[in-house]
Amino acid sequence: MSSPSAPWRATTRTRTGTLVALLALALIVAGLVLPAFASRRLIQDLFYILTMLSLAQIWNLLAGYGGLVSVGQQAFVGIGAYALFGGVILGGMDPLLAILLGGAAGLVLAIPMAFFAFRLHGAYFAIGTWVIAETTRLLVAQWKALGGGTGTSLPRAATSDMMGVAQVAELFGVRDAAARDILAYWIALLLAVALIAGIYALLRSRLGLALIAVRDNAEAAGSVGVDVRWLKWAVFLIASVATGLTGALIFLQTARISPDAAFAITDWTAYVIFIVVIGGIGTIEGPILGVLVFFALRSTLADYGSWYLLTLGLTAIVAMIFAPKGLWGLLSARTGWHLFPIRHRLVGPTGD
Amino acid sequence: MIWLDTIVQGILLGGLYALFATGLSLVFGIMRLVNLAHGDMIVLAAYLILVLVTGLGLSPWLAVLIAAPLMFVLGWLLQRVVLNRVLGPDILPPLLVTFGLSIAIQNALLEGFSADSRRIPNPDLEGASVALGPVTVGVMPVLTFASAVLVIVILNRVIYGTPLGRSFRATSDDPVTAGLMGIEPMKVFAVATGLAMMVVTVAALYLGTRANFDPAIGPARLIYAFQAVIIGGLGSLWGTLAGGVIIGVAQTLGAAVNPEWQILAGHLAFLLVLLVRPRGLFPRARD
Repeated sequence: MSSPSAPWRATTRTRTGTLVALLALALIVAGLVLPAFASRRLIQDLFYILTMLSLAQIWNLLAGYGGLVSVGQQAFVGIGAYALFGGVILGGMDPLLAILLGGAAGLVLAIPMAFFAFRLHGAYFAIGTWVIAETTRLLVAQWKALGGGTGTSLPRAATSDMMGVAQVAELFGVRDAAARDILAYWIALLLAVALIAGIYALLRSRLGLALIAVRDNAEAAGSVGVDVRWLKWAVFLIASVATGLTGALIFLQTARISPDAAFAITDWTAYVIFIVVIGGIGTIEGPILGVLVFFALRSTLADYGSWYLLTLGLTAIVAMIFAPKGLWGLLSARTGWHLFPIRHRLVGPTGD
Repeated sequence: MIWLDTIVQGILLGGLYALFATGLSLVFGIMRLVNLAHGDMIVLAAYLILVLVTGLGLSPWLAVLIAAPLMFVLGWLLQRVVLNRVLGPDILPPLLVTFGLSIAIQNALLEGFSADSRRIPNPDLEGASVALGPVTVGVMPVLTFASAVLVIVILNRVIYGTPLGRSFRATSDDPVTAGLMGIEPMKVFAVATGLAMMVVTVAALYLGTRANFDPAIGPARLIYAFQAVIIGGLGSLWGTLAGGVIIGVAQTLGAAVNPEWQILAGHLAFLLVLLVRPRGLFPRARD
């Protein structure tokens, strides 16, 4: 491609990027057909990894790109999960459709939450989101129809009649329970892929450029015409809907809910933050690497109980001090790899 | 009469929250550091006092005198070795480091002391009460409130009446210019965190003698402390006391209506104040 008349243009395309896109496509296809070979245990593990990956990508979008360090993401996981349970138990909805209700509930909670929290900056914002998450948990615990403080389970009738379960059970020749796991795994896979693709597309767009400009210097970005306030609202609302959907999906799979589990700051925010920090904040690759490290740590140290969390906490501290860009930052600095290139580079008529 | 009683109990509870919050307020005011491990530090100090009381048979009051300097050294080291490295214009690194620290402390305590609830034995004053005009109040809550006031008076003396306090205020206003005047901000920060940990030890005494505690209760104390600091406004210790009292009164009033609403009422009061005054009631410093 060295036609002399070709104009100079800005592009984010690189050879590695194209290669990775092809590889990712192959991985996705492999992931889709995996249930034909994999054990139920592996499918459940992958479900956990994929949902944590989704949460990590969302938090990374908020904190790593949007500069919104929220410690209250458990609010959206919880409200999404409760919306699903409400839709199924009180509204008689199909659980699969009720996942969408989780996204809607995330949006509904995000509007008042942003209204409060955006009055606060930096550290105040972090604490504000946490308090709002706690308030939501305490309010939901008053919802007696869904079990109040002790929680409730999805009725057996609703879960076994769930859309698609019978077909999947027949296709793979498995029981209903295993078929439900496969279905949940597929949705988790689609959600994670859609999120990564969506965030990647967002970052490559005009909006993404504005977002990164705001992260690096909000005043300077504002002075060149970026509407900082609108941008933060947009990112926060997108993240809330996505977290609500993920929360609904997570608790569809467990089929049992309680306020303490659904609004757990450790499970849905602390772990997620550790994944992002250890993997590398402000990159799309970071959370992917982080979730793998997190799961490996979890699997090896699971028998040691609190030692595992102790190690995780200390690892995050060490990572932040010695490798603030995380494992991916170390790797990328050494190799120059960018699997998801978002830099706009100028490509000339002589081509590359 | 019941309402007056509830409000008095709430004010006294506010003294406990102010004690939780004063160390946080000090550190936050001087270096804008959000220590998410503050609540776990209080629980850690409570276990330290517990070990001194049950292991060496000391009285709780004596145990505090031994624990406070130890906690000072711990805070000083924490600041010098860890926190000073991550302080900067970006609030994310200190936030994440203290978050990691919070999880680490909780699980270290869980490993060392199990999840059982513990209490610092204090046979002399447990359950003792005095009549205060028309209402009867416990001796411990009154002592807590008095300690909060005393701690704030002493800290204000230090901040506004000593060379150390001058360096605190100078660093809080402008660390770069303070550095030009011969102050080393990193050393000042270490002393400030050390002092905050001494206040934490006092808070831990009351946390541990008034009620049961276990390794997991730190984060909830951190929330109350933060609410008190933010309601009070950055850099004002009396504001922090006022913030603690507002949270305390809201909680006891909520609990009087329905016991399940205690914590919720505190949170709602906090959000209400934020809605009206996003920088708190008595802000002194710019954040």
